[in-house]
Amino acid sequence: MAKHHVEAIVNGDPVEFLCETEETLLDVLRETLHLTGSKEGCASGDCGACSVMLDGRLVCSCLVLAAEVGGRRVDTIEGMATGETLHPLQQEFLKHAALQCGICTPGVLVAAKALLDRNTSPSETEVRYWLAGNLCRCTGYDKIVTAVMDTAAAMRKG
Amino acid sequence: MRYEAPESLEGAVALLAGAKGETRVLAGGTDLLVQMRADIVEPDLIVDIKKIPETRAIAEEKGGWRIGAAVTGAELKEHPRLKKVWPGVIEAANLIGSTQVQGRATMGGNLCNGSPAADSVPALIAAGAVATLAGPNGKRDLPVEDVMLGPRKLALQNGEIVASFLLPPRPPRSSDAYLRFIPRTEMDIAVVGAGVSLTVDGAGVITAARVALGAVAARVLLVPEAAQAIIGGRLDKPAQDRLEAAAQAACRPIDDKRGTVEFRIQVAGVLARRAALIALDRARSN
Repeated sequence: MAKHHVEAIVNGDPVEFLCETEETLLDVLRETLHLTGSKEGCASGDCGACSVMLDGRLVCSCLVLAAEVGGRRVDTIEGMATGETLHPLQQEFLKHAALQCGICTPGVLVAAKALLDRNTSPSETEVRYWLAGNLCRCTGYDKIVTAVMDTAAAMRKG
Repeated sequence: MRYEAPESLEGAVALLAGAKGETRVLAGGTDLLVQMRADIVEPDLIVDIKKIPETRAIAEEKGGWRIGAAVTGAELKEHPRLKKVWPGVIEAANLIGSTQVQGRATMGGNLCNGSPAADSVPALIAAGAVATLAGPNGKRDLPVEDVMLGPRKLALQNGEIVASFLLPPRPPRSSDAYLRFIPRTEMDIAVVGAGVSLTVDGAGVITAARVALGAVAARVLLVPEAAQAIIGGRLDKPAQDRLEAAAQAACRPIDDKRGTVEFRIQVAGVLARRAALIALDRARSN
């Protein structure tokens, strides 16, 4: 069976790639497009380390077939900063040291941005529920939640 | 492994009916991709149904609502009117997995994955939802409670797919609710699930009800005896006790690491009662 030829928009740029049916979007991001910010934790949709935006919707890229994304828009952690300027969430994560090993961080950031893009004043409970699919096994969630809440507050002030 | 994404139901049916070897329908993929990764299934053909307009639409139809089989949980949640009419169905679908999973998971997939613990299925059955199937001989309707026969076993014929669900017209003062028990707050598979849908008259008397239980038998159960226990009354304490007893009597659960037989039976009664009380409260304010 011939490989699938897929054209998509990744972080605003048109890309094309060849993939096998069984390759996931995460496989192609990491192995073919060399965008290794998205991590593989569980490969079963439980940990959220591979979180990306697909047509503006937060998904686990390990649960999407690469062949499915033809003509669609994919946004990954690599597209979050603007040039050298980190996104406010990235800055707050650094300020609060809301990470230790960092494996979960790209997914947490992508998921948190998805929340703040639709809700600029989430309650702590809303943040915790929204991020329930992003597992961190080292630092715990308090610093992550604080960083997200502080970012929201700062973005509201403009 | 072949991947096809047809743009019509006829196209999907032709692919599935004509295929040799193992075939799988891909909707949200939140079960299928996990099973492929774990080598539980290795399809020769995957038919992605998300490019078929009928599977992706939410529309009013004959006073009820038609929901495409590949509409995601996140889309259900964002719909401006569905949650008012069918809060139980929507809350059940929204209990499946994380925000990320909600971005992909569908009720069609939840049903066709064939798990007795599927969260949206008891709510759909309580709602009286009908699944519209597309197959080589055209379309046919099947009540959701008749789609699943047992774990991983469906009543679908070769080449048939679930295209959409029809939620029936809603009389005034009707509502529904779904509750499940899991050992933590979020992100787990139901140990027991209970869906209740009911209608009350102007005097607050229950005139119609349906009760469905998940994860307490080989398939999701519709329990008419539990509904009969509360129809004709106001869900006072004796009616609640009868409902609980009828729900428990219907349970045929297994023992596993998530719950014992005794525990599941007890919790099924408790959840059926609580879901009925929530549905009643919602119906009175509708």
